[in-house]
Amino acid sequence: MNTTDINKIEELEALRVERQHHAEINTFGLWIYLMSDLIMFSILFATFVVLGKNVAGGATPQELFHLPFIFTETMFLLLSSVTFGLSMVAMNNQNKKAVLIGLIATGLFGLGFLVMELYEFYELAASGNTPDKSGFLTAFFTLVGTHGAHVFFGLIWLISMIIQVAKKGFSDKVRSRLVRLSIFWHFLDVVWVGVFTFVYLMSMI
Amino acid sequence: MFGKLTTGDIVQDPLTLIVVIGMIGGAIAVVAGLTYFKKWGYLWREWLTSVDHKKIGIMYIVFSLVMLLRGFADGIMMRTQQAMAIGESQGFMDAHHFDQIFSAHGTIMIIFVAMPFLFGLMNLVIPQQIGARDVAFPLLNNISLWLTTAGGALMMISLALGEFSNTGWTGLAPLFGLEYNPYVGVDYWMWSFQLAGIGSTLGGVNFIVTILKMRAPGMKLMKMPIFTWTSFTANVLVVLTFPVITIALLMLTMDRYLGMHFFTNDLGGNMMQWNNLFWMWGHPEVYIVVLPSFGVFSEVVAAFSKKRIFGYTSLVYATGVIMFLSALVWLHHFYTMANNPSVNVFFSITTMAIAIPTGVKIFNWLFTMYKGKISFATPMYWTMGFLVLFVLGGMTGVLLSIPPADFMVHNSAFLVAHFHNTLIPGALFGYLAGFSYWFPKAMGFRLNEKWGKLSFWGWAVGFVLAFMPLYATGFMGMPRRLAHLNNPDWTPYMYIALVGACIIGLGIFAMLVQLFLSVKDRKKNMDVTGDSWGYGRTLEWHTSSPPADYNFAIIPTVKEIDDFNRMKEEGIAFKQPEKYFPIVMPKNRPHGAIIGVLTIVFGFAMVWHIWWLAIVSFVGIIGTVVAIGFDDDSEYVIPAEEVKRIEDERFAKIREAMAQKTNNE
Ligand code: HEM
Ligand SMILES: [Cu+2]
Repeated sequence: MNTTDINKIEELEALRVERQHHAEINTFGLWIYLMSDLIMFSILFATFVVLGKNVAGGATPQELFHLPFIFTETMFLLLSSVTFGLSMVAMNNQNKKAVLIGLIATGLFGLGFLVMELYEFYELAASGNTPDKSGFLTAFFTLVGTHGAHVFFGLIWLISMIIQVAKKGFSDKVRSRLVRLSIFWHFLDVVWVGVFTFVYLMSMI
Repeated sequence: MFGKLTTGDIVQDPLTLIVVIGMIGGAIAVVAGLTYFKKWGYLWREWLTSVDHKKIGIMYIVFSLVMLLRGFADGIMMRTQQAMAIGESQGFMDAHHFDQIFSAHGTIMIIFVAMPFLFGLMNLVIPQQIGARDVAFPLLNNISLWLTTAGGALMMISLALGEFSNTGWTGLAPLFGLEYNPYVGVDYWMWSFQLAGIGSTLGGVNFIVTILKMRAPGMKLMKMPIFTWTSFTANVLVVLTFPVITIALLMLTMDRYLGMHFFTNDLGGNMMQWNNLFWMWGHPEVYIVVLPSFGVFSEVVAAFSKKRIFGYTSLVYATGVIMFLSALVWLHHFYTMANNPSVNVFFSITTMAIAIPTGVKIFNWLFTMYKGKISFATPMYWTMGFLVLFVLGGMTGVLLSIPPADFMVHNSAFLVAHFHNTLIPGALFGYLAGFSYWFPKAMGFRLNEKWGKLSFWGWAVGFVLAFMPLYATGFMGMPRRLAHLNNPDWTPYMYIALVGACIIGLGIFAMLVQLFLSVKDRKKNMDVTGDSWGYGRTLEWHTSSPPADYNFAIIPTVKEIDDFNRMKEEGIAFKQPEKYFPIVMPKNRPHGAIIGVLTIVFGFAMVWHIWWLAIVSFVGIIGTVVAIGFDDDSEYVIPAEEVKRIEDERFAKIREAMAQKTNNE
């Protein structure tokens, strides 16, 4: 090898290291962002605690929540996290088809969750329990709705990743994006467990 | 089709109309100028879509200075009104108008002057101080800038169409609810605040990651320059507290658009919840704007005293303690609102405690100057002015932190004097010090010193005259936010305050003259070496002025605090490296600008309930974000030969300048 070759190799190596460093930075950035997202949810939770008892003469949580329904809804979201996890395993095995199947399953479970949530909202509204009826309903709809909106945007992201995997395969960028989406998706799961516990279960007692 | 908007919503009031026509005229002139000189392409390619942190920094600062002019205009109108409206006289505006002006002034000064100014300085300086080539997320950086300006644009539109909020920069439950404020003023405030706030959160994430992950090798946390440290803590506060205001504003949105009951006084709403949420953000916010400014003072004091900052470690820890405490004091903004006394006492103690680390800092700065060979350049003027004036603001703050004392002067002119006393010398002087200190770095030529110092005197003297009288009238019982005065004893003080505001105006005028003259004489004041003042201690002075796109051709390896000073002492600061490598840089991309414009449209549509437009623009925003994911062509490589060419040119100039210098000596 002559010196120009060595130079070239050194240069390529430097570029590779820089790019790798960048994927790591992106993931770290997502974590910091999730921290701020978590604060948004904690404020919504806190406000639910403050306003949750203010039913203003209207319906109480005990009258409105149907735990079995919510439990099924919860299962949908939890299952979507499982399928996402399986997709990530498949990604590490370079199995494109399995990844796509896993992601689509995740999307369907997520969609199921969202549809059930909207149905719950619809039922409540149809029985006259719209968010403008009381402080409790206001806090409830906003907290649950904000989580739902996150799932909705997660789904858009998911669809865009399905297309990217199908089109581009597992390029470095696609891989690192999938890692980030999975972190986001599991995060939504964790927040939902909080919603389920603090909003639904605790209101029943 | 146009929601609530009709021709009847165009402002009628002659004064505002003149301003609006002036603004439209100015805008037309700018558009015509750009078209005539065929600069649109240049503007779009090199600036609006730029992901270069230096250019983004400059745009932030330009935006902030423009908004400062507007905020100052509001300030002087209020001063004039309060000097005129006494007894029979109603002054030149009615109360409703006055309410909008103080609301706009406060919102502008905090959200559209202080925040963009500090993000501008951080953008300009931090990557260079830590030996990096850019921030962690360059495109996100551009998006943050655009979201902030989108908020500012909405703010300006509110002058021409409809009205602005009348509930103060803090909002006021339940006055800002639908019931009492059905028109668009509150919506303008809410949306411009919200959009800019989201921009700030994203900016905060960006800088935390940049500072934690992109430092040059060898730069341990405890070797970071102080400005980087204080900005880091400010950004931690941004990421921890802006989400709170985002959600609080979202709740208000729910109240106003869907008739919900977060902050109403009926059907189970809770008005105190607004106060809590607002100030859980609001108090840390004042530290967000002041901490980076403390960082600037630290850099300036060290550079112009030609000494390392005194007590680096204690300064860093003091900054950390301030950051921590600032999240535990929010309730001092409403001691008077029916808390039980032990709650008040808790918050009183935490508030007083903040004075301790702040005092530590004052001593750090004083001892740095002690026995230093101080050069009294413009940045040093701002710093010394700060040291003298800020101490008073801090002491009145400690006074206010005592609940029984606060009960006497809560929401009085005393409070107005206090917070201007901390914000103007504490925050704004710091930004202006940073502006004059780093201007040559950003632009490649030095500012006119004479007019810079005149500007300082205008601000300092004007500030004293404008706000000291308010301490007095506060003690005499004058409430804040008064459109009309009923006590003739206060009037003489209002005259003095008006004179003071006019002198601040002269200070601003001097700043404009300074900029004009400096640009005119720029050839005479070129900065060739990159070490613009000759006293630079930190790495940003290691790059050329203005820096190359990549800042550092070779990333430096850091050994000490004030590493550039070490290089100068070892005589290696201006030695050209023998070998260069190719450099990967982020490409300029249009997504930020597209999102920005769509955001303005979205905000406007939401304010006026033009639902179809809101949906279209929102879908557009989401679509653009998704498109970013599909665009993998985000970087380019500068070949090693090109780097070498640029650097050869730079070092040829440096050698020439050095030779000239030795000749002269
Ligand atoms: C440039 C000179 C300035 C003048 C003449 C000025 C004047 C005023 C006046 C007359 C008021 C209303 C006081 C009242 O309620 O009675 C006010 C309020 C306020 N000012 Fe300034 N000010 C100036 C600069 C600043 C700066 C630099 C900041 C912040 C960085 C600032 C932040 C505020 C805030 C937050 C309010 C409260 C608004 C509200 O009541 O909602 N001001 N100012
Ligand atoms: Cu405070």
